[in-house]
Amino acid sequence: MTETAAIELKGVSKAFGPVQANKDISIRVMPGTIHGIIGENGAGKSTLMSILYGFYKADSGEILINGKPTEIPDSQAAIAAGIGMVFQHFKLVQNFSVLENVILGAEDGPMLQPSLRKARGVLKHLAEEYELQVDPDALIEDLSVGHQQRVEILKALYREADILILDEPTGVLTPAEADHLFRILKGLREEGKTIILITHKLREIMEITDTVSVMRRGEMTATVKTSETSPEELAELMVGRKVLLRVDKAPANPGKPVLEVENLHHIDEAGVERLKGISLNVRAGEIVGIAGVSGNGQSELMRVLGGYGHATGSIRVNGEELDLTGKHSDGQSRRARGIGHVPEDRHHEGLILDYSAWENMVFGYHRGPETGSGVLMDNKAIKAEAQAKMDRFDVRPPNPWLSAKNFSGGNQQKIVLAREIERNPDLLLIGQPTRGVDIGAIEFIHQQIVQLRDAGKAILLVSVELDEIMSLSDRIAVMFDGEIMGERLPAETNQTELGLLMAGVTDTNVAQTKEQTNG
Amino acid sequence: MDKMPAWADAVLVPLISILLAAGISALVILAIGENPVEAFMIMVKEALSTSRGIGYTLYYATNFIFTGLAVSVAFHARMFNIGGEGQAMMGGLGVALVCLYVPWPHWTLALFGAAAISALFGAAWAYIPAYLQAKRGSHIVITTIMFNFIAFSVLNYILVNVLRPQGSMDPATAKFPEATFLPTFQSMFSTADNVMFRNAPANVTFFVALAACVAVYFLIWRTRLGYEIRAFGHSETGARYAGISPVKITIVSMLISGGLAGMMALNTTMGEAERLVLNATEGAGFIGIAVALMGRSHPFGILLAALLFGFMYQGGSELAFWTNIPQQLIIVIQALVILFTGALDNMVRMPLEKLFLSIRKGDA
Repeated sequence: MTETAAIELKGVSKAFGPVQANKDISIRVMPGTIHGIIGENGAGKSTLMSILYGFYKADSGEILINGKPTEIPDSQAAIAAGIGMVFQHFKLVQNFSVLENVILGAEDGPMLQPSLRKARGVLKHLAEEYELQVDPDALIEDLSVGHQQRVEILKALYREADILILDEPTGVLTPAEADHLFRILKGLREEGKTIILITHKLREIMEITDTVSVMRRGEMTATVKTSETSPEELAELMVGRKVLLRVDKAPANPGKPVLEVENLHHIDEAGVERLKGISLNVRAGEIVGIAGVSGNGQSELMRVLGGYGHATGSIRVNGEELDLTGKHSDGQSRRARGIGHVPEDRHHEGLILDYSAWENMVFGYHRGPETGSGVLMDNKAIKAEAQAKMDRFDVRPPNPWLSAKNFSGGNQQKIVLAREIERNPDLLLIGQPTRGVDIGAIEFIHQQIVQLRDAGKAILLVSVELDEIMSLSDRIAVMFDGEIMGERLPAETNQTELGLLMAGVTDTNVAQTKEQTNG
Repeated sequence: MDKMPAWADAVLVPLISILLAAGISALVILAIGENPVEAFMIMVKEALSTSRGIGYTLYYATNFIFTGLAVSVAFHARMFNIGGEGQAMMGGLGVALVCLYVPWPHWTLALFGAAAISALFGAAWAYIPAYLQAKRGSHIVITTIMFNFIAFSVLNYILVNVLRPQGSMDPATAKFPEATFLPTFQSMFSTADNVMFRNAPANVTFFVALAACVAVYFLIWRTRLGYEIRAFGHSETGARYAGISPVKITIVSMLISGGLAGMMALNTTMGEAERLVLNATEGAGFIGIAVALMGRSHPFGILLAALLFGFMYQGGSELAFWTNIPQQLIIVIQALVILFTGALDNMVRMPLEKLFLSIRKGDA
């Protein structure tokens, strides 16, 4: 290749103690392209980008920017070298305006007015050029997540970045917002900017990148042209073996209703109504998936069902009314009614990270008769049982004494699943079953969920991954702003329709949009 | 994997912290023109070399075990009970009431009765801050500190206006009846021709304290309640998910904590003074914080830390007697131990973790 790469890494290595996070990474990113970096959690993507942005110093290796060897000791140097970074978790001051955030750290002098005036001009220009419209005077806290992300991109462009790194940018976006982001990125590419996109979503890689590099266990295992590869090949490169991307399941055979929710309302501690009259049912032997952008009431719904959020309305399980406000509205009572719950936040809810695996295996069931008699817990029996469950769910390492925090995301999730599924619940609530879970474990977790369904149990699934909802659910309900916007059968819908519902566009509007597109 | 072996975390870190605190204390002693080695020898001699000295050391240690356990139980529920002092004062009031007004036939029964009532009074005093924390979100650190002052004033009032015998100038109760006197180590371990623990205040309460260590161990690591307390302490959101009531755990763990602090009064009031004096607690409630920190909230660690602090207390008061080192210096040393084991924990821990990592890397 004769052309100079925008970024070239040669033999970059970085170790944290005994953990080799990056091993001899070499990569060439050509200018004016979108280069995807894909890999499982813990594959070393973020470490590599942190080295590029000056957060970590590589133990060995060389970084070349536009062919010139460059030292990047800190983020200032990275910015000076023309590198801009859009983090997964935005680094914006919530009560500052867009303009103030853009100039923060890039002020021209002690007085703000000249910088603000200049930034206003630059922003106007950028907005026209790249579809990056944001009201410069709006406060960040008033902006949607998608707009906040635009502010992050504007920040980088304002600092004259030629190379833009985006870390999991679509995790918090609706499909429509993600499409908009991709249009922005394509526009930037046309202007000759270089973009590095870090993601674990194969679909995005296929849709937008020119070249893709795969990382596995700290090593760069392959770099291929996107047009010459397939999702199956990439998945195999990521995991190191063949993976089943589609969930293999027979048609559902639903029985009697297990969960019946009617007109459920929930007002949170800040006084905001989070659930505005939810009605929903789940039958035995059926998986009902709730699609929606996170923050539209799914978490609250799961909490109310799980017994730790007060509500008004009615919830019946196996025909029996649940206590929604009184002293039986807690997790223990729900579990006694045969409701299992895999919460979406396993770090703060599903597990006590400082507890060992065996202690976590009875978390929530620790008052049950099988954990001992009287006030004492039978730790020996609990350990033996935990060991057996860990073996059945292939938790690695199969060591019940290890603290939960020392397991990988996928294995932590398996611990929670083992605990909840092995109790044989009539109804299982599952929130974000595969968030932060590697592809290999995703396959296993999906199989477990389908098996439970086939055993005649009712499953309510909440996920922000539309792919997961579509492939796992027998019926899909879409939530927006505390309401169910509609129900669809997976076979009779598509990402576009669900995406519109997730954005709050109701059925009639969808019909109109369809007509318009057809006409 | 964990960054360093458990033994290093449990033993090495506190040990190095103590040595650092001792080193700086030595510098302070040097600065006031005394010989730190000599001072240390005096402390060892006076606190550990005679059975009388040991008797004093164990007496102080008994107080610190109770208050250390009290702080640790609240710690496990991630609460900072600074109110051990006030809860112990109230425990003392309870002890005084049952000893003065109940005609006990024998000291054993009196001990059971006083243990129950001191725990009850201590727990009751802890209940109000606990309730305010659980239901109103008033911070337990603030309320328990305030309750120390209130306890002191209440006790002062009751002693002066209610319990003080007529004609006495002292804000204290009358002497307890003889049937409530607890056996001292002197009476328990002396033989006819060999007097042990002569005039030392150590008494049978020490064994009650040891029993309390065992009981707290079982409570925290063997019972469902202990499981819930620890879970709540690690993650409140997790506790809610599991159906563990934050209100219940906050209140129950503070009741246990206050009860343990209250039981300290058995040692000072019933075992030693045999009457209730105003300043019976002598700051043991606060030292309990240092003891719990240093003992890593584990009963066995608390036992060791309490013995160490007992040694420092006894040795330190003798220092003032034999040298020009003021007794206040012992407070400096205690403060240094708290500083190093509590506040500067990571200062010792992080270099150690690095050391162990590099050793492991060498092995690999």
